[in-house]
Amino acid sequence: MKIVILGGGPAGLYFALLTKKANPRHDITIIERNPAGVTYGWGVVFSDRTLASFQRADYKTYEQITNHFVIWDAIDVLYRGETIRCGGHVIASIARKQLLYILQRRCDELGIALKFGCEINDLAELPEYDLLIAADGLNSIVRKTYTPIFKPGIELGKARYIWLGTHKVLDSFTFIFRENEHGLFQVHAYPFSGTTSTFIIECDEASWLKAGLDKAGEAESLAYCKQLLADDLDGAPLLSNNSKWISFPTLKTRTWHSQNIVLLGDAAHTAHFSIGSGTRLAMEDAIALATAIEQHPDLEIALNEYELERKPVVEVFQRAAQESQTYFETIKRYLDLEPVQFTFQLLTRSGRISYDDLRLRDTHFGDAVNRWFTQQASGHSLIAAPPPMFTPLKLRELALVNRLVLSPLSTCPAQDGIPHDAYAAQLTGSALYGAGLVLTEPTSVSVQGRVTPACAGMYDETHVAAWARIVESIHAASPAKIAIQLNHAGRRGSTRPRTEGLDRPLKQGNWPLLSASPLPYTPQSQLPQELDRAAMDQVRNDFVRATQLAQEANFDLLQLNFAHGYLLASFLSPLTNLRSDEYGRVLEQRLRFPLEVFDAVRVAWPADKPISVAISASDYVKGGFTIEDAVSVTQVLKARGCDIVEVRAGQTTIDGEPAYGRAFLTPLSDQVRNEAGIPTMIGGYLTTSNEVNTILAAGRADLCIMNCCI
Amino acid sequence: MRVGVGLPNGVPGTRGQLIIEWARRADAGPFTSLGVVDRLIYDSYEPLTTLAAAAAVTSRVRLATTIVIGPLHNDTLLAKVTASLDALSGGRLVLGLAVGARKEDYDAAGIDYRSRGKRLTEQLASLRSLWEDASIGPKTARPAGPELLVGGLSDQGFARVARYADGYVHGGGPPRTFARAADKARAAWSDAGRPGKPQLWAQGYFALGADAVEAGHGYMKDYYAFTGPFAEKIAAGLLTSPQAIAQFTRGYAEAGCDELVLFPAVPDIAQLDRLAAVLDGLGRYSLDPGRLQEA
Repeated sequence: MKIVILGGGPAGLYFALLTKKANPRHDITIIERNPAGVTYGWGVVFSDRTLASFQRADYKTYEQITNHFVIWDAIDVLYRGETIRCGGHVIASIARKQLLYILQRRCDELGIALKFGCEINDLAELPEYDLLIAADGLNSIVRKTYTPIFKPGIELGKARYIWLGTHKVLDSFTFIFRENEHGLFQVHAYPFSGTTSTFIIECDEASWLKAGLDKAGEAESLAYCKQLLADDLDGAPLLSNNSKWISFPTLKTRTWHSQNIVLLGDAAHTAHFSIGSGTRLAMEDAIALATAIEQHPDLEIALNEYELERKPVVEVFQRAAQESQTYFETIKRYLDLEPVQFTFQLLTRSGRISYDDLRLRDTHFGDAVNRWFTQQASGHSLIAAPPPMFTPLKLRELALVNRLVLSPLSTCPAQDGIPHDAYAAQLTGSALYGAGLVLTEPTSVSVQGRVTPACAGMYDETHVAAWARIVESIHAASPAKIAIQLNHAGRRGSTRPRTEGLDRPLKQGNWPLLSASPLPYTPQSQLPQELDRAAMDQVRNDFVRATQLAQEANFDLLQLNFAHGYLLASFLSPLTNLRSDEYGRVLEQRLRFPLEVFDAVRVAWPADKPISVAISASDYVKGGFTIEDAVSVTQVLKARGCDIVEVRAGQTTIDGEPAYGRAFLTPLSDQVRNEAGIPTMIGGYLTTSNEVNTILAAGRADLCIMNCCI
Repeated sequence: MRVGVGLPNGVPGTRGQLIIEWARRADAGPFTSLGVVDRLIYDSYEPLTTLAAAAAVTSRVRLATTIVIGPLHNDTLLAKVTASLDALSGGRLVLGLAVGARKEDYDAAGIDYRSRGKRLTEQLASLRSLWEDASIGPKTARPAGPELLVGGLSDQGFARVARYADGYVHGGGPPRTFARAADKARAAWSDAGRPGKPQLWAQGYFALGADAVEAGHGYMKDYYAFTGPFAEKIAAGLLTSPQAIAQFTRGYAEAGCDELVLFPAVPDIAQLDRLAAVLDGLGRYSLDPGRLQEA
């Protein structure tokens, strides 16, 4: 087969040598734009898994590459004048130049034609081929020529960065965070040879403009960075290699091949540099493509096989890279975190490394995290510090013994609002199972506010007696505390038990519903009535009465439900609040009635006891309530005396659904907690202590509701 | 975990008598259910008709569709047919519904392919009320109708499970893919505030014995030809040895599967006996891995 490879980078060279090795009869030509010996870029990193595949694919180059490796196992984070080190990561790197040299020599040895300094501007200039490999990088001329076929999409990152080198000697992957009068700058640096390190400097656009770097030439940029990082460089020079400030382009391509043309490496996909996998993915592509061609004589099947194998792998990396990129773009959010927590958040940013992983990699670091967390949670300096999950939390005068919340669901919690014995046993059981806090199901503040006829209530003296017994038995049997969740169902009321599905109106005996605006929840639902001022007073008074009764029953914490499309939530979302009066239109006014309820409840609830509010932090519907809205609402609530927020999402309408899965609420909680500066509680399907410890240690939430079936 | 067996209703060339005989023998054990698959443009038996025939010759096993392509059916008619099947079988029907994966089935039925998700949602919203409606008989064994499962891997699919159904039915693949889907189903379930856990059903294909493996692979490649080159990968997942079945069932059991239905890739009654023998030989840990892994 006559194979033409456009682009003599690692992917093109590696594919060429593997294919030639497998079948020497292939006639392979590599066409490279740059002259021989001219190359851009500094070091590239590989993980041990990639190395294993190199070893299988071509032992000769594997040996030479590993001979030139710089290997290190630590990550250093320089932040607020401290250096925090976490070991055990095992990363290897090599100079890009050296890598290319090794691969070129091997190509020569195998008789592959390498044409340097040959710029192709039109595919018609290419020699004849049976198979064309587009290994010509992000700006691939092949991909551009066939844009309608490959359907590429490029998204530019919000931050700016410049790729430099330095002779500063490093013995680890080093993150440096530096603030000056222009803003925050972060450095991603790692050694790749005995004398030189890659040194990438990144900042947000505002800082970049403020520093005048948009107008700065190469020398000026270098001088600026040198001064900014003088303390870190210790006089070592910064090196430029035609370096410019750019926004990272993430490329995704719908298809990677068409007939006898196939995209390889950066020509098909890119992933943010902060997870350091561009060259690695490109070379893995080369292995997969070479193997597919070796195994399948039919080119169509081979190219299909290659794409099917690689695309899912690349997509996983692109998702992780996206997480990492977003982290660095929104890093200002985390500048209030102390160095240990800041480091933990940084290391676990892409979701691929957890609390348990870090403990395995570096026990000392794991212990340091536990000690720091315990110290700030309890004020005690302990040598034998427990994991974050078992540290206390204080909210006003309420002291929780640990960070675990259990909130059991019952098939039939109550009758006439009075909790059944079976449900009471579930709640008490949760305390005995080790919860620091037990949270009730949504409990109605009035008979009209019930979700189902079997809803528990807090609107009658008979309810107080039953709840008081439950609270007492939990206090007597365990150190656990108990929170009551007060709710008014709004337009989601008068439905059947949830054993039969959600939001199905009762067969008979329906009661009238209330909502911010007269919109039914589902097409089958009853039409609710819009609350007028008198109804608002009534609802507010119901919440206040329920609060007083909850105090009578001796509950420890009170939670108001502003989430999941119930009555108070219906005011918050523009999708469900179409009012034109002072309770509708803009967020500030949509918040007015829920806030009125909150204020009245705050006054009625003892000052030494904390209040929590549950909010849906996103509607997942275009034009709906957003995470930014949630941050603003939370800030207002905090100022009014709210102590903690439970972050939920969705269910405002029936057509907005989150991407369900493990810990799916965590990113929302992270943003609310760190932007509004308030403690948060989350569920979102948490089932392991590892998930809980990772969330807590990184400062993504303060209390975790674990999924349980008791 | 319970293990059911599929009827060969989706294997081309299967004789009607074999399906009846298969159902009769499976009812004698050790299987807990009989499954059927649904394709319109293919040499296969219509699933609900097949289960009606199976109902007549069985008394113990549950009768499960994994799945029926819901949007191809009129809602009221589907409610009537399934209520009849439920009543005829003494409440043994488990109805799995999904949108299916082939546009040609929709084109042939004259149903718009693009609005299939919306149609399934509307169907799920109305089915239980139709079953309850006294003017449309017969009365189902449970007032709420047969156990209802929903398939599909989209976020919307899992929201449908939590909103309308009793559980989730998985389309196939290795246990780790099922584990991820099961997490999503359970996450959606608890987010919806539904007590307990969703019922989790799944399926796999088997061909046991040296005489069956090649034919089995051939069938898999043909059945999944619409997925293009992916058919090869799916065919490679065919369970062809007792060891493979042990590993597969244990993987599913550990991921929390409630009922796994194993479908034959070869329409030969000997396959049923071979599968029964393999299941008899499995240690109890393969099907009941204990509480340790349970979420």
